[in-house]
Amino acid sequence: MTSKELAWLIRRHGIEMTHLSGGSHIGAILSVADIMGVLYTDILKFDSKNPDWDGRDRFILSKGHAGASVYAAIAENGFFPVEELKTHYADGSRLSGHVSHHLPGIDFSTGSLGHGLPVAAGRALAGKQDKKNFRSFVVMGDGECNEGSVWEAAEFANHYKLDNLVAIVDHNHMQSLDYCNNTLEVDMAKRWSGFGWNVIEVDGHNHDELRAALKDTSNSEHKPTVVIAHTVKGKGVPFMEMDILWHYRFPHDGWEYNCAVNELHKSKPEEVVDPYTPNGCPETKAEPEKGDHTVSETYHPTYYKREVEHR
Amino acid sequence: MRDTVIRTLIELGKEDKNIELITGDLGFGVLKPFWETLPDQFINAGIAEQNMTGVAAGMALEGKKMFTYSIGNFPTLRCLEQIRNDCAYHNANVNIICVGGGYVYGSLGMSHHATEDIAVMRALPGVTVICPGDPAEAASAVRTIANTEGTCYLRLGRGGEKVVNTGIKEFVIGRAYKIRDAKDLPKKAAIFSTGAILEEASKACDMLEEYGIAVEQYSFPTVKPIDKETIMKCAEKYDDIFTVEEHNTVGGFGGAVSEVMAENPSKARLHRIGINDFYCIEVGSQSYLRKQVGINADGITQKVKDVVCGE
Repeated sequence: MTSKELAWLIRRHGIEMTHLSGGSHIGAILSVADIMGVLYTDILKFDSKNPDWDGRDRFILSKGHAGASVYAAIAENGFFPVEELKTHYADGSRLSGHVSHHLPGIDFSTGSLGHGLPVAAGRALAGKQDKKNFRSFVVMGDGECNEGSVWEAAEFANHYKLDNLVAIVDHNHMQSLDYCNNTLEVDMAKRWSGFGWNVIEVDGHNHDELRAALKDTSNSEHKPTVVIAHTVKGKGVPFMEMDILWHYRFPHDGWEYNCAVNELHKSKPEEVVDPYTPNGCPETKAEPEKGDHTVSETYHPTYYKREVEHR
Repeated sequence: MRDTVIRTLIELGKEDKNIELITGDLGFGVLKPFWETLPDQFINAGIAEQNMTGVAAGMALEGKKMFTYSIGNFPTLRCLEQIRNDCAYHNANVNIICVGGGYVYGSLGMSHHATEDIAVMRALPGVTVICPGDPAEAASAVRTIANTEGTCYLRLGRGGEKVVNTGIKEFVIGRAYKIRDAKDLPKKAAIFSTGAILEEASKACDMLEEYGIAVEQYSFPTVKPIDKETIMKCAEKYDDIFTVEEHNTVGGFGGAVSEVMAENPSKARLHRIGINDFYCIEVGSQSYLRKQVGINADGITQKVKDVVCGE
C-alpha cells in the first residue's frame, strides 16, 4: 500500500468511526492522516505478526485524541481486523477514544497531553544505552506544546543528545477553543530550535516532504529531531477545514456525513476501495444549522487576549 | 535510612546493569557514592519531575529497573499524573524514592511537609506503598522491590534513624513485622505504626509498660497491600488498636487499617494517631513538630493511656 492510499483510508475510517460513535476530534484525525500514512508505510519498522519485536521502531501518538488515526493505520497494516474499527467508543470495545495499549501494535496509552515526549525520550535513552538501533517516534499536537512537561523533555533530550528521538508536531494551528496564536502566541520552530533541537519544517500534507524529513534524522551534532508539519485541521473535507467546530463535532447523519464522504471521494486514489460506501453517498445539499453556538458561522470566542497597557 | 538505601542500591546496581537511578536534581551529599560508582546507571533529570517520571516509565518499558529520587512531595504530587498514566497503568517497574516523609524538612515550611503522599499513592491501582520504619527495613525493602514488577512508592525518613526491627531478614511485601509481644500486665493494647515514626512508637510502648499497659507492637513497612491477617489477629485479641503515622489521618495508614476493620467486624476499636487533617503552620524541627502535633512518644503515650484507662 502507498502512503497516499493509507492516508486516504485513515481519513475514511476516521469519518466512519466518529460518525458511528458520535466521537470527537475528526479535525485532528484528518490533519494528522498524512503524517500517519507516511509513517506506517515508508518510515516505521514494525512486524504486525510480532507486535513486540524488539527491533521495531517505538511509536507514541501523544495527541491521544486522534487515536482513530493510529487504530486505522495499524488495522490496515494487519495488527487486527479492519472490521473492529467500527467498535470505536462502543461498549466492550478495545478501541477507546484516546489511544489504548491494550491493542496489538500499540505499546503506550495516551490521552492526557504532554506525556508522550518524556516517555519517548526515556525509550530513546535506554535504546542508546543498550546499543539498539531503533528510533523512538512521537507525534504531538501543537496545542499540546502548551504543556510544560513537553519542554522539560525537550531540554532533557537535547542534553542527552538523543539523536534517535524524532518528534513530529502536527501543527494545524488550532487547538481546543481557538487558533493557537489566539490562545498562547508562539513561533513553533523558534521555540524548538531554542531548545537545541534539529528542526525541519515541512508541508504536513506533502508526502515527499514528510518522507524526506523522516527517512534519516541522523545529524552530525547528535541532536534530537523535530519535524514541524504544517497542516490544515480537517484536511480533505473542505467544510471542516480550519473550523474549530470540527474539533468536537462529529459528522451527523444526513448532509454532514454524505458530504464528508463525497468530498473524500474526490481525492480517492484509484486503487483504493472505500470499505463502507464504495460508490460514495447520495448527493445531499449542505444545510448548516442556524443559531447553534457551536456552528462555525456563529462561533466567535469572546475572550480574545486582553490588551495590556504599556506605560 | 537514605544512605543505607543508596548503599544497597549501589550493591544491587553492580550486579545488575539494568538498575538505574534518576534524580530530580536532589541528593546533595547522598547520591555522590552512586554516581561515582555507577556513572552509567545514573541520570540527573534536572528540576523537572514530570519529565523524570515519564523518562523512567519509558526506560522501564525498555527493560530497565528504575528508581526515581527526590525529596518531600516532589517525586509524587508534582508528577502524579505521570505516575498514574505512564507508570502504574503500564505496570512499569518504576520505584519512586521519597526522602523526607512527614516532617523531616519541618523547618522549611509547609511546601516540604510530605503529609498526604501515602493517601494519594495508595489510591493508585497497582502501586505498592512501602514506608520502612528503620534502616533495616529500608535496605531489605530495596532488594525486594528492585526485582518486583510494577510501580512502587518507597517513602523514607532521612538519615540517622536507629535500627528497631532487628529481626528482619527478608522483606516480604505486604507483611507486618512484630516488634514486641505484650507483657503480662493488667491492661493491653496493640500499636501499629508505619514509617520512621516507629522509633517514637517504640519509646511510647516502653513508657506504656511502665504505666502497666502491655503492648503488642508491629511495624507495617507495607501500607499497600496491607497485612489484613495481622490486623484481624490483633482485632480478635485486643479491645483497642492504635495506628501511628507521620501523615494525615485521612486516607493514610490509619485509613488503610480502618478499611480492613470496617469490613471485618471484631471486638476491637481503632484509634488513629497522626496529623488530624490540617496544614502545620508552625516552624520547627521534625522532633518539635511531632511534639506539637502529638505524635511523639509522649503524645502517643498520652493518647493510648486516655483510651485504655478511660481517662
